[in-house]
Order: sequence, then structure tokens, then C-alpha cells
Amino acid sequence: MASSVISSSPFLCKSAQKDLGFPKPSQISVHRCQKRAISRKIVSVMAPQRSSSATGSVKTGMTMTEKILAKAAEKSQVVPGDNIWVNVDVLMTHDVCGPGAFGIFKREFGEKAKVWDPEKIVVIPDHYIFTADKRANRNVDIMREHCREQNIKYFYDITDLGDFRANPDYKGVCHVALAQEGHCRPGEVLLGTDSHTCTAGAFGQFATGIGNTDAGFVLGTGKILLKVPPTMRFILDGEMPSYLQAKDLILQIIGEISVAGATYKTMEFSGTTIESLTMEERMTLCNMVVEAGGKNGVIPPDATTFNYVENRTSVPFEPVYSDGNASFIADYRFDVSKLEPVVAKPHSPDNRALARECKDVKIDRVYIGSCTGGKTEDFMAAAKLFHAAGKQVKVPTFLVPATQKVWMDVYALPVPGAGGKTCAQIFEEAGCDTPTSPSCGACLGGPADTYARLNEPQVCVSTTNRNFPGRMGHKEGQIYLASPYTAAASALTGHVTDPREFLQ
Amino acid sequence: MAASSLQSLNPTFSQTLASPNTSPSFRSPFLRFNSSFTPKPLSTRSSSSLIARSAAEPQERKTFHGLCYVVGDNIDTDQIIPAEFLTLVPSNPDEYEKLGSYALIGLPASYKDRFVQPGEMKTKYSIIIGGENFGCGSSREHAPVCLGAAGAKAVVAQSYARIFFRNSVATGEVYPLDSEVRVCDECKTGDVATVELREGDSVLINHTTGKEYKLKPIGDAGPVIDAGGIFAYARKAGMIPSAAAA
Repeated sequence: MASSVISSSPFLCKSAQKDLGFPKPSQISVHRCQKRAISRKIVSVMAPQRSSSATGSVKTGMTMTEKILAKAAEKSQVVPGDNIWVNVDVLMTHDVCGPGAFGIFKREFGEKAKVWDPEKIVVIPDHYIFTADKRANRNVDIMREHCREQNIKYFYDITDLGDFRANPDYKGVCHVALAQEGHCRPGEVLLGTDSHTCTAGAFGQFATGIGNTDAGFVLGTGKILLKVPPTMRFILDGEMPSYLQAKDLILQIIGEISVAGATYKTMEFSGTTIESLTMEERMTLCNMVVEAGGKNGVIPPDATTFNYVENRTSVPFEPVYSDGNASFIADYRFDVSKLEPVVAKPHSPDNRALARECKDVKIDRVYIGSCTGGKTEDFMAAAKLFHAAGKQVKVPTFLVPATQKVWMDVYALPVPGAGGKTCAQIFEEAGCDTPTSPSCGACLGGPADTYARLNEPQVCVSTTNRNFPGRMGHKEGQIYLASPYTAAASALTGHVTDPREFLQ
Repeated sequence: MAASSLQSLNPTFSQTLASPNTSPSFRSPFLRFNSSFTPKPLSTRSSSSLIARSAAEPQERKTFHGLCYVVGDNIDTDQIIPAEFLTLVPSNPDEYEKLGSYALIGLPASYKDRFVQPGEMKTKYSIIIGGENFGCGSSREHAPVCLGAAGAKAVVAQSYARIFFRNSVATGEVYPLDSEVRVCDECKTGDVATVELREGDSVLINHTTGKEYKLKPIGDAGPVIDAGGIFAYARKAGMIPSAAAA
């Protein structure tokens, strides 16, 4: 049988066999890739190694991720390290990687080949949309052709670049659109040609980013070869302070374990704080799992999840939970009530610092947008802070709603406690730029004419996800990653600012 | 075996079905590992064990030889290929070449030697030496693709980000190797080096400094890389049919 031939010749991930991946049974050690001292708040415990051959017919407890992958591979049991062929429930692609993925699909399966299931592919143009760059525009046209030819059911097309509202199908940022359109469901396997596909793990599913070649393979077969990752557990307990957001939590964690702290691993988030988070906040948390090197992030689905999902899709799903006796490769615990707003200083997402300790950093601009920090609740939070402050911004403040729906919410929904004012009204009164057309925007720089692109070596506080050199455009640009509250507070002072200056 | 299992995967494949054992009817521009070339004899070679190596079976050895380009830790995909160039579609041959010309153009100005000289399409460096977490950031396959398109053959880094490593293996564009020590601290851009891959221990030989470094075995990714990427690997295993005659 083909599948057994393949599983005996496992694919990739030799790095997982390094110290961090599969420890010897009696070994308890600190993560060796960490260069800084471990905080006393952290407890890190290595789990004993289990080998595939040892389990035999005895059922060992599995983590959520192991269970999801086992089910998708039609196996009753998997352990970390197993290389398995997994059935894919949803494949997402966008304008940047879609043409390449389909190009490979055609090259490898033939010009006349058909995709494995035209209803399981979601094509979401979002990266380089509102630009005069001819190649960027052409890439959306290329996707339209492929979708027409393959009869792809979900293609969130845009043809009128001058007015995004004139495009009824257009959504915007893929990860937010996937959730809003009901494509994220507990227990499923979702792949996307984008690193922040891990966002969907917030829904209790396995979601990770892949390249064009892997995507081309999935397009033809509906399967992918995956190595089962071990799971790191992050238990967050305590009441979330009113000035803290999910962005602060994930920046805290990445600062703790470093940008390679979760490489090849699952990051599973649980605890009372997690249970109190809304879906959008959970998405923010899982969104930046890749910034710690993580393969995927997961949050156990609950009533909050079911409520969100059932309002957007009627496709049945089966939630999955880690067994009580599942093995976790590491355990981290946080008392959230003791945490403070943080930023990631240039030029790395793990260059963590307390926002209040950066108050002397003068900034040139603020950017609120992206899959990480451009959702409805992110804008609501920023508006809430602006309203509480009652002041004007001191630096250009760019607002880029992630999707059409977010844009509409910004203009239509009243902000709680603001006497009926909408986000848009509050933003206008505070002197922010007018909210722009929804897309990925300047989060990743983009073509030269992208709105809010960093074209000079300026200092920007941003609700986005990466701040490596050149990320938003200019190589010498300095990007401070922050929560929407921190971004709004910083806009008001012209310096990196702890939101407690204006909230409380 | 092949027909029934393949049809259950995708019914449209029945039209393009061919024996899984025949080699593809076209040569993918991305299959880069079939070529191997023996290193030129160099007078700086002092190790006598090198002479023994050259007598080994050629098909058990893969060798990459040329100049090194050294970078630091956490070289992310935006530095490897800035986002503004992602409008180039890698499966388009002209744009593939163009991507190569932009390889590592995102490195800060502190890197005085550019990987690809302005105005050039190819690099003069065959081996990229990196630190920790090479290729972190985006899942963009343009990253390993541009390195390969520029002419790089192998990357020797202390560690990799997983999506970059996976994309390197899937595309076959560059051979991703792990060093055991911080090779990036001991090599300089412009050093002449050879990477020799073998069943057992692979090595990086820096001819300029005379030092040799053991490389970790390629491990699980080996069979996929040797096959020429994920598609070739899946074909060898009978998972998908050979490429159709267009």
C-alpha cells in the first residue's frame, strides 16, 4: 500500500530530533535555544518520550493536535514524530501565492487536471490589492481565471480597485475573512499559503502555513505529508486587566520563549483567561504563534467558539480536546493579572519590553491594521481609548480595517460607553487618517504605492505581527509591535506609551 | 494498486495516468540536485582523509563547491526577498530568474558585500552560511526559490525556521544543512568552501581557513530531497501519477 511505504520513509523535520524536540526520558532541561534567563514565573517540564512502537494496541492519551491529525489521517493513534498523510478540509490561498501554487499544480498534474474538491478551496485576494502595480493586479486576474476554470466555489473577487465597496464578493485579509465567512471549524485541518494561517487554531482546529509547492500538491490530492508536532502547553489564568489585550499576552510569551522557542511545535493555550477571551482575541493570540516558530496554535473550543461558528456556517463539526493523560513537551504558566502592556522593539518580535519603559521613544506614526490587529474589536479598543482620552493624535495614525465587514463595523457600530458614537466618528475627532480600503496593506510593505507604507527610516508603533528590518518597507524603519490600546495611547503622546495613561 | 488508489484521490487523474515508475516527461526547472560536480583540487587541502574521500563511489556523494556568503541569526524571509517582489510568480520562468536577482536584497546596509551585485541576475556565492533560525517569518516559497534561482546550492545554518526548511525540501531549490557549531562566526564572506554530503557524516570544508566542520545528517528530509522534491517523492511512492504529456 502506498501510504505505508511513505510512512516508513518519513519526511523532513530532522531538526525536531534536536535537543528541544525529543528529549531523553529522564531529562529535565531548559530550552537550549533560549539565550536569556528564564523568569521565575515560568515552569518548564519536559515530558518523557513515547515511541510509536511502544504503544502497540494500548491507547495513550493524545493532545488536541495529535487527535485532529490522527483523525485526518484515518488513524486511531499518532505520536509526535510520526509522518502521516493527512486529509485536508480547507485550503486557502491569496493573490501573492495563488498563481504560483496553481502554476505548480498544472505543471505537475497536467494542464487539464482538476482540483481535488472545488468546494474546499478558498481563494482570498488580500495582499496587494489597492495598488497600480501591474503585476499585482495581474495576479488577481490570474486567480480569477483559475477559479473560473476550476469552478472554485469560494473566490472573494475584486475587479473595481477604485471603490472596494463596489465589489460584493471582496472580503479582505484572508485570515479574518476565513473566520467571518464560516470556514474555520473545530477539529478540522486548514492549510493556507500564508504563515499566519495559524490564526485559525483559535477555533480548535489544526491550521498552519505552507508554501506554493505543498499547496500545489494539496490542490491535486487533498492530502499533505505532515510530521506530528509535540505540544507545548501555555496555561493562562487570572482576570485580564482592563488595559491588557491578547496582543500583550502573545508578545509576553514570545518574549519568554524567543522567536524559535516553539519551532516545529504546537502551542496550546488554555486556562481561565483564555476562556474569558472573545474569538477575535483568541485569533490575535494564535496569529503570532508563527512568530515563535510554532507549527500551529490551538485553543480548546467552547461555547464562545460554538456560538461564533454556528452563526456563520451550517457545516457540522466535531470538537476535539486534549486527553487528561496527554503528554506535553513543556508547560508554561502565567498569572495574567500580574502582566503589563508590552511592546516588541525593533527588530524582532521577541525583543520584548514593558511599554512604560519605552516612554522616551519618540515615534513618527502609528499603524492600526492587519490580521493581528485590524479586526473589529481591535478598532473598538483603539476608539475606546481615544474617547476616554478626549485628545488629538500627535502623529499620523493610519487605520486599515482587515475586511469589508470590519470597515462597516467601524462606521456602523456604536462604541460602548461613548454615547452612541461609532469608531469612525471617534477616530475623526481624534484626528486619525480616514479608515482606508481593507487589505493587508502596509503590514508587509508591499508595492511602493501601498497606503501607509514605511518609505522613510521612521519609527512606527504598529498592531501588526513582524518587525524584522524592512518589514513595512524601509530597511531602517523602526517598528514597535503593540496592542491596539498601546498603539492608540502612543498616537496621543507621540511616544511609545502605556495605555494606562489614558485608561483606568 | 496504482490505478484504484490514485482514482480515489482524484478522479480526473485517470486521464493522465501513467506508470509511476517512468520518469517525468519533462524536466522541472526546480530539480536541482541531480547535478554533482567534483571539487577542483586545491593546494590548501592538507587533510589526508580528503584523498580517501575522492575515491568513494560518485553516486554516494553530492558536492557543492564555491564561495561562501555569511549572514547572522534570524535572517527572516523579508530580508531574503522583500515583500514588494512577491508579485513575481515563481512558476513563471522569466519571473523565476528575476526573483533570483533580488535574493537577499533585504539585508541591511551593514552587509557591505551584496549577495547579488546590482545589475546582475546571478550570485557568485554557492554556499550561504547562516546562524540560528534561518528563514524565519513568512511561508513565502519565494524565499528558498530566489536563493536557488540566484545560483546558491546549499545553506549551512545552525538552525532553521520550519516553513523555510520545508519549502527548501519540497522545491529542491537549495539543500538545507545543519551545522553543529556556529559556523557563521568562523567563516567570512568570500571564503572558498566545499560541502560534501555522504551517507554518514557530511562536512563543510573551508579551504580559506583550512577548517572542517561536521554537518548533521539530513535525516528525514533526505529521501525527499534525493527524489527531487515532494512531487518526485510522491511519484516514486506511487502516491500520484507521473506528469502528463501536455
